[in-house]
Amino acid sequence: MLSLLEALATPHGVDRYLELVHPMLTVRAVRAQVTAVHRQTPDTVTLALRPTRTWKGFDAGQYLRVSVLIDGVLRSRCYSPANAATKGDHIELTVKAHPDGLVSGYLHANAKPGLVVDISQADGTFRLPAARPDRLLLISGGSGITPVMSMLRTLCAEGHTGDVTFLHYAYTENDVPYLRELRALADEHENVHLVLAYTEATDGDLKGLFSHEHLAQAEPRYKEAQTYLCGPGGLMRGVRELYDELGLGERLHTEEFAPAPVAADEEATGVVTFARSDTAGDNDGTTLLEQAEAAGINAEHGCRMGICFSCTQVKRHGRVRNVLSGDVSTEEDEEIQLCVNVPVGDVTIEL
Amino acid sequence: MAHQAKLTPEQFEELGKELDALRKRVIDDLGEEDRKYIYDVVKWQRGFEVAGRGLMYAGFFPPAWLAGVAALSLSKILDNMEIGHNVMHGQYDWMRDPHLNSRMFEWDTVAPAENWKHSHNYIHHTFTNILGKDRDIGYGVLRMDPEQKWNPYYLGNPVYAFLLMVFFQWGVMLHDLEADRLLSGERKWSETKGVRGRMWHKGLKQTLKDYVLFPALSGPMFFSTLAGNVTANFVRNVWAFAIIFCGHFPTGVESFTEEETENETRGQWYYRQMLGSANITGSPLFHILSGNLSHQIEHHLFPDLPARRYPQIAPEIRAICEKYGLPYNTGGLTKQLTSVAKKIFKLALPGKKQPSTPPSGTVEVLRPAA
Repeated sequence: MLSLLEALATPHGVDRYLELVHPMLTVRAVRAQVTAVHRQTPDTVTLALRPTRTWKGFDAGQYLRVSVLIDGVLRSRCYSPANAATKGDHIELTVKAHPDGLVSGYLHANAKPGLVVDISQADGTFRLPAARPDRLLLISGGSGITPVMSMLRTLCAEGHTGDVTFLHYAYTENDVPYLRELRALADEHENVHLVLAYTEATDGDLKGLFSHEHLAQAEPRYKEAQTYLCGPGGLMRGVRELYDELGLGERLHTEEFAPAPVAADEEATGVVTFARSDTAGDNDGTTLLEQAEAAGINAEHGCRMGICFSCTQVKRHGRVRNVLSGDVSTEEDEEIQLCVNVPVGDVTIEL
Repeated sequence: MAHQAKLTPEQFEELGKELDALRKRVIDDLGEEDRKYIYDVVKWQRGFEVAGRGLMYAGFFPPAWLAGVAALSLSKILDNMEIGHNVMHGQYDWMRDPHLNSRMFEWDTVAPAENWKHSHNYIHHTFTNILGKDRDIGYGVLRMDPEQKWNPYYLGNPVYAFLLMVFFQWGVMLHDLEADRLLSGERKWSETKGVRGRMWHKGLKQTLKDYVLFPALSGPMFFSTLAGNVTANFVRNVWAFAIIFCGHFPTGVESFTEEETENETRGQWYYRQMLGSANITGSPLFHILSGNLSHQIEHHLFPDLPARRYPQIAPEIRAICEKYGLPYNTGGLTKQLTSVAKKIFKLALPGKKQPSTPPSGTVEVLRPAA
């Protein structure tokens, strides 16, 4: 039946007709509708979403891409659901409004029940292994709390009995999303230990930035634990360095989020990576098409002057300058024309 | 007809900068309105399509059949021209919408998007009107420029043009095989494997939909629906052929040689695009139904700007032409079509070479005010 409909709807596909009736009516497209909005802390917004039936669910720790329409342009960002993965027909996102964050700022200001957003299927290797570890240490900072919150909730929902230590870093108590729930979970479950570290207040379990002492205080048997970490760059680096020093690198699992592109630079710097070709080289300041060709990659192209769009590829991340307009762009997962863009610093192209 | 450069190097430079600045201004202004516009057109197109398919079920009632054909024809025209052609140019890529993206979009015609984008966006739009490079001059089957060497084959010029008009969607599809180059041995049959595979796949799906599935679903109305679908495809073919042939073939449109376009500057490239294209005047509705290809000059200058912007910038482009003393070739549909038809007939015969000055009355050559 579906293949007959698809044959009738060719070349556009059934969804292109159904969406004119209602955007949540889909056979292939994955979307989600906001069902509730609340603000736990001043700079975050928590959204409850109901995905279409095409959504395949997620594993605790994974992320999905959310796309919203801002001034005619579909902007995408990745967020990790914070709810238990056992509830596959439900997505809860806690989004922190970054000062320069287009999508987060939009959601923080405009999300209301009824809003329909495009989402992707869940992805990412940062997730609890199917065989749950006996001893877990979940470390997070700021809005990096969401994937580990999902892990904690999932474990509790499953009735997991192994020890789980939840170490979270925030400026102050007011900046901890899910504070009440975290405390309740720690009270209800003997195996759950909550440790809150505040960098700008003294009323937490720990004070200041992550350190070896913090680690030992939060979970004295950290050497036996599997550690899952998600947070801002500084925290990530601090934990990574310490674990490497202690020879525990293999027991640390991390999720990078919001990697900041390097600052604009007049001179050609950085490394240009062509991900699918598994090739990388120093940025020589020429266009990405020329650099791909110099690296021996047979990149599809046409006019070499920015009009025919044959060379369009996805830039995973990094900063590029359009030589025609002079505009600099830092968007992630952005389609760019290789023939008229030069890298500014580190750039990764899906080619 | 080879032409003489009408501008000094400084003027070319200035022209390039002026047009670059205009382009940037429009790009900076793109936003919600442009998205709303194209989505409105998409909604109309899908609406016409559903209505057209539905009315075929009442095909026993002649007015319903006619209305169905009209609606389906309009759907295909909008899909191919204002939506398909323009989306596949990357005009809406800035919206980052996967459904209206040049790499993802397929149109409701047998030519596969990927094949067409290569021959159109790259070959035709980059080498516009360069003899020997732009394969859209006569599409490899017609003689549309006196500089194309005559041979007895071209006696059939009007017949070939007529057949191309009737079977236009198939002509557009087969264009990518580059049959003339296969015959001359410049291109090997084995090189067309990918192109042929896509044609086969897309052609089959389109044929199945229009000529088998929808007629079969209408049960006793099988032949009436089949006839309706054939007619709608035919109407679209004739319309698209007419609009497209008015883009580069009216009298006065200039062609260029490979030598004179070597090492072209940006300004010279713009110059070639302006002199190599012709517009059609008409109402706003006419412009939408032509996919704004009635603004062929603006389209060739800025193939990646959303087409709804072409009428907006047309007065400025015309003023720029006036300033530099360049022709701005425009006229009503009847005038431009007549001019194209005359050329198709005239070039069927060997004839002597024409001087490069355009005949009066067909082209408005605008001179700077004295």
